[in-house]
Amino acid sequence: MDAQSNEFGTARVKRGLAEMLRGGVIMDVVNADQAKVAEDAGAVAVMALERVPADIRRDGGVARMSDPALIEEIQATVTIPVMAKARIGHFGEAQILQAMQVDYIDESEVLTPADEAYHIDKWSFDVPFVCGATNLGEALRRISEGAAMIRSKGEAGTGNVVEAVRHLRSITSEIKKIISADPAELFGIAKNIQAPYELVSEIHRTHRLPVPLFCAGGLATPADAALVMQLGAEAVFVGSGIFKSGDPAKRARAIVEATTHYMDPTILLKVSRNLGEPMVGINADEVDVKMAERGW
Amino acid sequence: MALTVGVLALQGDFQEHIAVLSELGVSTREVRSPKDLSGVDGLILPGGESTTMSMLLESSGLLLEVAKALSEGLFAFGTCAGMILLAREVLDGRSDQNGFALMDIAVRRNGFGRQIKSFEADLVVSGIDGPPVRAVFIRAPVVEKVAKEVAILAEVSYSFDDDSHRVVPVVCAQDRLLACSFHPELTGDTRLHQLFVSKILSEK
Repeated sequence: MDAQSNEFGTARVKRGLAEMLRGGVIMDVVNADQAKVAEDAGAVAVMALERVPADIRRDGGVARMSDPALIEEIQATVTIPVMAKARIGHFGEAQILQAMQVDYIDESEVLTPADEAYHIDKWSFDVPFVCGATNLGEALRRISEGAAMIRSKGEAGTGNVVEAVRHLRSITSEIKKIISADPAELFGIAKNIQAPYELVSEIHRTHRLPVPLFCAGGLATPADAALVMQLGAEAVFVGSGIFKSGDPAKRARAIVEATTHYMDPTILLKVSRNLGEPMVGINADEVDVKMAERGW
Repeated sequence: MALTVGVLALQGDFQEHIAVLSELGVSTREVRSPKDLSGVDGLILPGGESTTMSMLLESSGLLLEVAKALSEGLFAFGTCAGMILLAREVLDGRSDQNGFALMDIAVRRNGFGRQIKSFEADLVVSGIDGPPVRAVFIRAPVVEKVAKEVAILAEVSYSFDDDSHRVVPVVCAQDRLLACSFHPELTGDTRLHQLFVSKILSEK
């Protein structure tokens, strides 16, 4: 008897998984061993990729979707959600990732963009997508294309949190502006930030972004995680920051604790002690390639 | 009614639960450490990643304190990951996964499959009148075994990956415990939370 009709791939189901990841840490991993370390440390999900952003930056060349065999090995190793990256606009890669049943697809500026004009039509997929954004207009354009989660871009692979902070502050301050605006002003705001009026109006009504807002790009310490959570991020992505550090397992665990207890400096102090060498990091103005400028 | 319901706030969508409880006029408290438990009449264990919550429960000292409070009669409502935390037996979990093991059910983590198998369905829930409850299942656990002490309040029919088509329990109740494998906090429907609150009030 199948009297009820089960519905798959709805916006609520896609955004729902992002809701469940809130208050958690999503960690970049390049093999099954790292995935295990991440899960052991309390990650809510892993991002499976061949090279972390710091290495993509160092190696140069074209960065593409990872080999499916690598992603499958990681899927077989952990019980938490596994995400993977497709190039901006590369729906061919996204179709392959959906066929592998990855839990979330990151249409990511960390990879080399495949299309200079269009992002992926994310509504046509049942697997949810996360996209990066540097400001609210960009976030809302991605949501109108079907993104079910937004992450502030930051500058991946630098170990420098300054760009993540800039993008997060930009998004949250524009949200505050919309909330306090007169309804008549919403049309002008939508036009100025190049976003659909309906989404601007929704923020005015609900006082929040239509999908969860996470933070990524340059986080390297428990204090970084606490900082961005206090600035309004609902969860954090940590890329190179963990496995490019001296003691990944310990640092990963500390960042998980810091993301939960971000308002409790006593716990932050405790977990920040003796973490070993952090990743070295690069200053934002010394970076040759600004990944955050990819996508629009 | 002076009722305070705590919501475990270590990870997951605890804010959504707080919003629903507030709509019902219930006082709420975010529970992150043992001191937050004092004076709460009930506790909601929200959706999220059960492995992550299990670790944070242990490091925060809440694992023992919540278990103690539950054994002393605290009411609890677990949704999705929260259901896993309440279940006596967890299949496909991590060997070191901690929980409260109080409700006599066996659940299989991610039993419906990966995210692409997540779904919405209309449910008839025993004890809830009116239109069906819209249920959102996100990488949800499947209840595989239920002891006779447990009341099954709702079921869902589903075609599983192995081509079996089964009807499985999705809302279970036992003594002071309520658990569901989906997310009533995501739809704006307050009736399951109301059921939990009524349960507390009926014995208060």
